[in-house]
Amino acid sequence: MNTAPRLHVVTGKGGTGKTTLAAALALSFAQAGAKTLLLEVEGRQGLAPLFGRSELPYREVELAPQLWGMSVDPREALLEYIEMYYKAGAAGRALAKFGVIDFATTIAPGLRDVLLTGKAYEATRRRPGSKSGSTFEGPWVYDAVVMDAPPTGRIGKFLDINAQLASLAKVGPIRKQAESISELIHSEMTTVHIVTLPEEMPIQESLEAVDELRGLGINLGHIFVNQMLEEKALDVFTDKIDGVVATALRAEVNRYTNRVTRQEKQIALLEELDVIEIAHMGEEISFEILEFIANGLREA
Amino acid sequence: MIKDLLSDPTTRVILCCGAGGVGKTTTAAAIALQAADQGRKTVVLTIDPARRLAQALGLNELSFEPHAVKAVPNLYAMQLDMKRTFDEIVLAHADPDRARTILENPFYISLSSSFAGTQEYMAMEKLGQLLASQEWDLIVVDTPPSRSALDFLDAPARLGSFLDGRLIKFLTTPAKAGGWAITRILNTGIQLFASTISKILGGQILTDISAFVSALDSVFGGFRKRADETYQLLKAPGSAFIVVAVPERDPIREAEFFIDRLNSEGMPLAGVIVNRVSPSLAPITISESKELQKSASPELNSALDLHIENVRAKTNEERLIKTIKAPALLRIEDADGEISDIAGLRSIDLAGKSL
Repeated sequence: MNTAPRLHVVTGKGGTGKTTLAAALALSFAQAGAKTLLLEVEGRQGLAPLFGRSELPYREVELAPQLWGMSVDPREALLEYIEMYYKAGAAGRALAKFGVIDFATTIAPGLRDVLLTGKAYEATRRRPGSKSGSTFEGPWVYDAVVMDAPPTGRIGKFLDINAQLASLAKVGPIRKQAESISELIHSEMTTVHIVTLPEEMPIQESLEAVDELRGLGINLGHIFVNQMLEEKALDVFTDKIDGVVATALRAEVNRYTNRVTRQEKQIALLEELDVIEIAHMGEEISFEILEFIANGLREA
Repeated sequence: MIKDLLSDPTTRVILCCGAGGVGKTTTAAAIALQAADQGRKTVVLTIDPARRLAQALGLNELSFEPHAVKAVPNLYAMQLDMKRTFDEIVLAHADPDRARTILENPFYISLSSSFAGTQEYMAMEKLGQLLASQEWDLIVVDTPPSRSALDFLDAPARLGSFLDGRLIKFLTTPAKAGGWAITRILNTGIQLFASTISKILGGQILTDISAFVSALDSVFGGFRKRADETYQLLKAPGSAFIVVAVPERDPIREAEFFIDRLNSEGMPLAGVIVNRVSPSLAPITISESKELQKSASPELNSALDLHIENVRAKTNEERLIKTIKAPALLRIEDADGEISDIAGLRSIDLAGKSL
């Protein structure tokens, strides 16, 4: 697997296993020895249970050897930002009191997305003992940053920070930060992976996202096709089974082979893309299953 | 029970809610179609139909008003366009000059097209309009695939409280007084606030925000009132909520969340529809299957493996479905393939195995 890009953005239609794949990808990097940070940006706390936790806080915590994780909250990010740039805790509290923090993080979606991606930017470019954005050419603190990003329907808008901000903030540090983030996102350092299922609707939506991302000039990574069914030689022709049971079993077999046929048809639509297939694992994803998927990704 | 709801002439609104990807749009379309088949003049308001279903309903980029679905008498469909609905409100309530100022304001553009709660609010606004027209026997609403139920039910209150809030009062005052010169009469807390926000966001942004907010304030004076009216309407007899789910852990959890929320708001929950339930399986148990496998051909052996897997999955499904606490429960069997035409919608058995 190509690990040259350092910021891995994982998107996908709701219900495709985007969060699971983001976690598995991060774990696969960590297990290969890369120090990795896994970021959640939608406040759903979907990553935490995969690592046996009830929630991820807004600070980097160790989830597994070499793997760190945090949940980025736009409110906290803005307060941190004010603190960092102005050493003004009082100003932050005043802003909160007047509803500005709520305003900036809910009403103006462009600002919210800058704050969320801002954390990924900072972590991706962090060097030991230096502030972000420094020209010091040492090693990076994190070899890889993996973001469980918003779904495909929103990903273009989410990553196209500059366009979002262009009409909102024309000058000032937020604007400057948006430009730096935008540069990182459009660079070789960033890649976007799309998680999908081998079914009509998710594949359709993934193809639309591919077009959108290409149009924005953002690097496309892998297409993870989750819950792939295995092709099997199945037959129930036998005299050992009661007729009623055999008919019902045959119906089960037909259903399965129909699904496999539909799956093949959908996969064919992705032919020119970098597809990685993930076998169907059942519904409950445990840490063991996560490790299993991560192992598969390392070899892919 | 859900089928009865469709034919009951006192049912005026059905709202389908649930997580994304559970077949909510398809379910809403099937409910509307089957009500229309019973002779009720029905309109289905959808948010983001998949391409083929949209084609089946005759929807295209221009379908923001109800229009007749070909080949189905009494059935009308329309798509929600959030920005357009927002624009319509502005155009309806402001004089042309003022409307233009608002429509061109960067904050308005950002808010109307991507604010997380706007879609929910606009769905409510559209619903209010459709109800007021008195034209429909039944309105079926496919709610946005919100991350949580809270977004949908909170939308009116959230926008309302934002517009009523302290920040807005503060922001609108200087605009009316002709700029930010007002700082000299403000206490130090607010001064600190104004200078910090202008440093971080850039000075021009404040002008935009305050212009936007004062414009909104004049146009949306009755905003909260209307939002509250629609909210009350949803609680009234004649409205019914249907929660849609699939028998998997996360969507069921989301459905439970919806049910709790609807109950605590006093919203009329009619029942839960569980889509994509596995069909009935061959009548042999796992141990019988294993017994048969001892003398089976490799192909039969695999077929029985598949059956064992299916039995386990179905057991798990049933365990999940049993945890749902709702006045009615309808299982819809998984279709072999995607439902994307009128015949397919008609074949969905809404009278099915109610509990």
